[in-house]
Amino acid sequence: MELSATDRRLLAELERGLPLVPRPYALLGARVGLPEAEVMARLRRLRDGGVVRRFGLVVRHRRLGYRANAMVVWDVPEVRVRAAGLRLAALPFVTLCYRRRRHPAWPYNLYCMIHGRVRAAVEERIEEASRLAGLRSCPRRVLFSRRCFKQTGARYFSAPGAPAHAGPGP
Amino acid sequence: MPDRDRELLAALLRGIEPEERPFRALAERFGTSEEAIVARIRRWLAEGLLTRFGPLFDIEKLGGAVTLCAMAVPPERFEAVAAAVGRHPEVAHNYERAHHLNMWFVVAAESRARIDAVIRAIERETGLAVLDLPKEREYFLEFVPEPP
Repeated sequence: MELSATDRRLLAELERGLPLVPRPYALLGARVGLPEAEVMARLRRLRDGGVVRRFGLVVRHRRLGYRANAMVVWDVPEVRVRAAGLRLAALPFVTLCYRRRRHPAWPYNLYCMIHGRVRAAVEERIEEASRLAGLRSCPRRVLFSRRCFKQTGARYFSAPGAPAHAGPGP
Repeated sequence: MPDRDRELLAALLRGIEPEERPFRALAERFGTSEEAIVARIRRWLAEGLLTRFGPLFDIEKLGGAVTLCAMAVPPERFEAVAAAVGRHPEVAHNYERAHHLNMWFVVAAESRARIDAVIRAIERETGLAVLDLPKEREYFLEFVPEPP
């Protein structure tokens, strides 16, 4: 999807966070020099085009009480990986599910994240997920998280040198 | 967290609309004011429960790229390496995990070439190899907190 310089300026401002006021798009517009209605129209277009998935929260799972979090990876034959991925993604306790390129030092190709309040609950869920997705015979690794060092979404539009700095324009 | 807060959080995770008063419907549903809703979000941000309230971009739709990286970091160097990795603005979500490959982070940038440059810079700065594990397919599902 093509973005104009104005779209990029708007997204760079928005990336710092939506203003937390009852009419956030009016304030956002004031900051970038656009009327509220135009801000909303541009954001709707970006959302409908898939550039913005949604406007909402990014939570820290640990602070919410989800202290146990495991990344689970499997080495799945190519012909089976799609069906297994779709089954995993349908489980309520699986938050993210990806197929990734294999690496010579890391032959796994199916990844998912499983959160829970305690480690034992996550371990049970991992067994359940393996069974329900037909993955019990596939080599698997479970990597529990220990510490989180950075959980800020990467800055894209407002990072130094990002395309957002192309300057103002239509 | 009280049930009502958890319900509000779940509603906000689904996102708000680009409309004049995006918090109005929620305020009505929860029998409160729009000011009270945004004040609650501000408090959650201040408490560190949320990292952000804003747009979730699909960087790939913009021609950008994202990948998952893994490193095997000697435990005594872990914090210094985490700091070096974290200085790159393209890096998000750096987790220590219980494995020989103990550092896992996401790199997102406007191009695959930029990601390659960031990975090379991290390898140069740390003297450690970075495994690059790009996504081939995503099976996406929203995270909604379960009831307590």
